[in-house]
Amino acid sequence: MSIKDKVINIIAEQAVLEPSDVTLGNTLEELGIDSLGLVESIFAIEEAFDITVPFNANEPEQSDFDISSVASIIAGIEKLVAEQA
Amino acid sequence: MNRVVITGAGTINALGHNVAETLEAMREGHCGIEQLEFRDVERLSIQIGGQVKGFEAEGHFNRQQMTLYDRFTQFSLMAAKEAITQSGLEFTGELAAKGGVVLGTAGGGVSTWDDNYRAVYEEGKNRVHPFVVPKLMMNAAASHISMEYNLKGPSFTVSTACASSNHAMSQAYQMVRSGMSKAMVTGGSESMLCFGGVKAWEGLRVMSKDACRPFSANRNGMVQGEGAGIFVFEDYEHARARGAEILAEVVGFAMTSDASDIVMPSKQGAARAISGALKDAGINPDQVGYINAHGTGTAANDKTECAAVADVFGPHADKLMISSTKAMHGHLIGATGAVELLACIMALRDGVIAPTIGYEEFDPECALDVVPNEAREANVDVVLSNAFAFGGLNAVLALKKI
Repeated sequence: MSIKDKVINIIAEQAVLEPSDVTLGNTLEELGIDSLGLVESIFAIEEAFDITVPFNANEPEQSDFDISSVASIIAGIEKLVAEQA
Repeated sequence: MNRVVITGAGTINALGHNVAETLEAMREGHCGIEQLEFRDVERLSIQIGGQVKGFEAEGHFNRQQMTLYDRFTQFSLMAAKEAITQSGLEFTGELAAKGGVVLGTAGGGVSTWDDNYRAVYEEGKNRVHPFVVPKLMMNAAASHISMEYNLKGPSFTVSTACASSNHAMSQAYQMVRSGMSKAMVTGGSESMLCFGGVKAWEGLRVMSKDACRPFSANRNGMVQGEGAGIFVFEDYEHARARGAEILAEVVGFAMTSDASDIVMPSKQGAARAISGALKDAGINPDQVGYINAHGTGTAANDKTECAAVADVFGPHADKLMISSTKAMHGHLIGATGAVELLACIMALRDGVIAPTIGYEEFDPECALDVVPNEAREANVDVVLSNAFAFGGLNAVLALKKI
């Protein structure tokens, strides 16, 4: 499974949606994921890819990690996974 | 209803091993937050905290006691000794029969859990010390104080996360005010600064890696502390009759529940607790000169708390002072309200308002007088102490000069 599909599966599970209902343009808010859901999603992503995501809930816009959409999250994860390889 | 006064105070925390050292550090705007020192700290992404340093339990307790005292109990006993000694009370007869201990703690013996889980899971041991349970239980500290000082009345522990000690002190206050007890020992203790304790907090992603900067626009989270604050709450007439030194009067309290979210604070819940404490105390909002804020340094708490204060006090919100001492001693979780009550006593007794240190950048969502970076001399008659916990449980105490 590609990184993209894995991330979408994790987000879909958190949002209690089918992966096919999650589009790249969606924001987490649109998917009904609140701040706790976000922290849980990041934890699940870290576990799935064995990476550390630099994210502080107090300053999400200042983190190196862009959470503004599903696409930006996938791009961020791809970068982190590539850096680790 | 009986009037209730504070006749003894004791503490140990990152700023000092007693009240005098702590208040001096608060006046100086000293920061007790440093690099954490304990086993496996290098495996943590958060490595700073308000840790009690230079405290060796061995000199204070014997070997038998040490097998029973978790660090949170050690802190409680150190602070209780200072408070009860200052009060001059000896618990005998009726005073002992009805006197008790109400303490707050969020975690109890966290490092005892940590050490013993490590022994059985990581090291593969199949046996633990026989006193693990009495050492880690949440009420261990309250029980040991009761045993040490012969307090035979109502004793128990309150656990409401970051509001634990304010809930505990509210309870003790009610007991003295209602006439149930002439004197109660109360406050809180916490010691979560061990690998497992900090690792659990890391998971929430609300901790700062560099500093606690309450109300500052560039704040980036909370920093944990540890320690205890213990007080003697006494019936006013009883204290006067024996000529006791009175530190301050407790005049009211309120507790509310947000009933909304397990971690996000609510402005309404906080505001109802603040206004409830004023109403219970029979004081007008414009009498309040200082508020010791919950002020955790997280994005969510600080703006919610400021909005709640603005709602309750209206135009007077711009005149009163509000500071968070957590930037100095860290967030002591279940003990935090107890250590912060010392800043309230200092404001009333010494006319010194403890500063919010680490303040760097104005935040329009926290546009109150937060006493940035330097302590201030001011004459205040009424102060409040706020505590707002995870789980949406809030407790606010009102104190008055005497």
